[in-house]
Amino acid sequence: MSTAISVAGLVKTFGRTRALDGLDLEVATGEVHGFLGPNGSGKSTTIRVLLGLLRADSGRATLLGGDPWHEAVRLHRRLVYVPGDVTLWPNLSGGEVIDLLGRLRGGLNRARRDELLQRFELDPTKKGRTYSKGNRQKVAVVAALASDAELLVLDEPTSGLDPLMEAVFQETIREITDDGRTVLLSSHILAEVEALCDRVSIIRAGRTVESGTLTELRHLTRTSVTVETAQPIDGLTDLAGVHDPVVEDRHARFDVDTAQLDSAMRHLAGLGIRSLTSQPPTLEELFLRHYGDELAERTGNGAGR
Amino acid sequence: MTATGTAIDAVAATPGPAAAAGGSTLTGTAALVRFILRRDRVRLPVWIVGLTVLVLITASSVKSLYPTQADLDEGAAPMYGNAAVIALNGPTYGIDTYGGQMVFQIGSFGYVTVALMGMFLVGRHTRADEETGRTELLRATVLGRDAPVAAVLVVAAGAFALLGALISLSLVSQDVPAGGSWLYGTAMGAFGFLFACVTALTAQVSEHNRAALGLAGVAVGASFVLRAVGDTGGGALSWLSPMGWAQYTKPFAGDRWWPLLLVVAASVALIAGALALLARRDLGGGLVQPRPGPAHAAPSLGRPVGLAVRLQRAMLASWAAGLVLTGVSYGSLGEDVEDLLGDNDAFADIIAQAGGELTDSFFATSTLMIALIAGGFAVSSTLRLRSEESSGRAEVLLVTGVGRTRWAASHLAVALGGSVVLMVASGLGMGLTYATIADDLGEAGPILGAALAFVPALWVLVGVAFALFGLAPRWAAAAWAALVGAFVVGLLGELIDLPSAVMNLSPFQHVPAMPAEGFDPVPALALTAVAAGLVAAGFAGFHRRDAGY
Repeated sequence: MSTAISVAGLVKTFGRTRALDGLDLEVATGEVHGFLGPNGSGKSTTIRVLLGLLRADSGRATLLGGDPWHEAVRLHRRLVYVPGDVTLWPNLSGGEVIDLLGRLRGGLNRARRDELLQRFELDPTKKGRTYSKGNRQKVAVVAALASDAELLVLDEPTSGLDPLMEAVFQETIREITDDGRTVLLSSHILAEVEALCDRVSIIRAGRTVESGTLTELRHLTRTSVTVETAQPIDGLTDLAGVHDPVVEDRHARFDVDTAQLDSAMRHLAGLGIRSLTSQPPTLEELFLRHYGDELAERTGNGAGR
Repeated sequence: MTATGTAIDAVAATPGPAAAAGGSTLTGTAALVRFILRRDRVRLPVWIVGLTVLVLITASSVKSLYPTQADLDEGAAPMYGNAAVIALNGPTYGIDTYGGQMVFQIGSFGYVTVALMGMFLVGRHTRADEETGRTELLRATVLGRDAPVAAVLVVAAGAFALLGALISLSLVSQDVPAGGSWLYGTAMGAFGFLFACVTALTAQVSEHNRAALGLAGVAVGASFVLRAVGDTGGGALSWLSPMGWAQYTKPFAGDRWWPLLLVVAASVALIAGALALLARRDLGGGLVQPRPGPAHAAPSLGRPVGLAVRLQRAMLASWAAGLVLTGVSYGSLGEDVEDLLGDNDAFADIIAQAGGELTDSFFATSTLMIALIAGGFAVSSTLRLRSEESSGRAEVLLVTGVGRTRWAASHLAVALGGSVVLMVASGLGMGLTYATIADDLGEAGPILGAALAFVPALWVLVGVAFALFGLAPRWAAAAWAALVGAFVVGLLGELIDLPSAVMNLSPFQHVPAMPAEGFDPVPALALTAVAAGLVAAGFAGFHRRDAGY
């Protein structure tokens, strides 16, 4: 079994709202897959379909080789889930909730549970209503990580965690993936995705707009280049794939499509490069590129620029 | 959601005059009043119109049931000594007048209903909002500490003034004296407002709206039971009950306004108490600080049904306690039933002709009342499924390998089993109390049997709520309408001459009036089958639909 999750052409509507509009998603066994998208783009809906909580209108979804709707119970024994907004029972303590979820799943590792409680500095005796948002999140994270399920479905699992806890979380996820387990990680924290994920899928308005390894995705986007040459720079603006060039005699700053980087460099080399700095695109830039028009529209309207 | 957002903007954008002057604890009350009216623009009119229609129908059916004064006298005669009717409806003041008879027929049921309206209104806008964090959002704007409570009480005062006036006008429209009509409408409105104030106080005590309403419900129950015992006994106990105060105004039988001063004084004291507690506690907190819980779960908390029991046991225990007390109160009246009758020969004849025994018919009526109240548990316990689901808590359970069937069955089991527990507990309370007084332990059995006979009817209510949960989750709360319908049929059905097709819709109508009548297995089996069918439909629907919000 090499594919943990396979989704094709998934459609889900709520009344008139088309939450998923032909979404595709492939997650290989053993990888950490980042699932990115702006608020309301359909990440949680996709996850709920994969968990068999929602029934898709059309399209195909396979999870661990089974049908998430019809074989929900059997599949759930092999996965754990952390929701992005954890609601606890007000009068149950955190420790009780962790034990309950573990037992319902078919048993939990006592030693592992206690170790995680310590690492996440979580007091298991507090009642659900007295936890802060971050601590409620920790209850769900500890309950999920204390199991040895082969698939972890994490929907913004670290929302509300402080940076120290975020680091503990990343460390724990790395240990888990070293065991060859699969993680689907929906997140807004791009640094977290960059640090953990082997591959990412970016979705927007219920469709997948980009999918691949971070390297592949970088290839699809632009590199920023600052260069100083021996001879005055000309002809740069006419090169394919060069964007927003600012040329001042022998200095230039520009962005170039990563696919066209080579031809730009050849052109500059002919002019005698004195110094050159190039920055690979960050995930943030990848992300912004896909929501860029939305962003431009908003700032354009708002600030009048 | 959009509407709520807009209204919140309105609250934030309207700093009252007091805000400019440094602010008081009441700043922003006026804006909140508008906000509450906006949120309850459907709910409040439904309550007010519904109650008015109920009063109007009851009043006009008294007219048609007793066309002449002679008919009225004849109809009233047996009621004077009937403890069952008095315990259920209230004292028999002026029941030989049309107005008095109408007030008697609307009875305690009317008072309990207006109290419920006040309780739900205040609970929804105080503790429920605080529990969900909405109050925090509002209080961070220019809003005084007391404004939420003050605003909902202002709305309650307005709503009950309107309701009182409509009730008065309903009676006036039936050609009964205006003086008594206005007094009765005022008493109903004032009683409802009193329980709005009771809830304003209990909402300060508990962190949870459910518990705050439960405490207020205990107050309503206590005031009903004290009055029932007082009215069938010497009468002194009724003066301890707000319901007694309202009924002692004697509309159409002397028209006394002064007992309402007691209601007003109690309301003022409750408001003062609520504001004093509010000034001493934290937002979101109650009077009792939460204690730490166990670090590990007990072994019972390893299966869905263990969790359902854990989540519902406190509620079941308080319902059981309340119903046992009600049963004990009714049981203690059993011996007085014959005495009360005294030399009321007319009624004794009627009972004799019907072949029944007076005490038995009293217990049959009392058991029906208890079963209807237990219906509140049956519905609310089943609907726990819906609140677990819409709060998002069900989601984490449903992805642990617990199937939908097992999860839904866990709360269903508590609702079905809890219904049995409640009827056994109240039946034992009533039966053993009467058996002790009558000095004959054999009396307990038939009364317990009468209580158990209602179990299948409660299961049908559970089935209705469960079917709605499975098939139309957004409308699950409509199960309460089924209970209200059963109350109307059970307490007013014959008086307002509902068609038998409508009467038959209530499962409680099909239960034999034990111990006056004998046990009949046919309706018991039929009701159980109906309940099973509804449960099956609920499961089928739940398996087909989306789970979650």
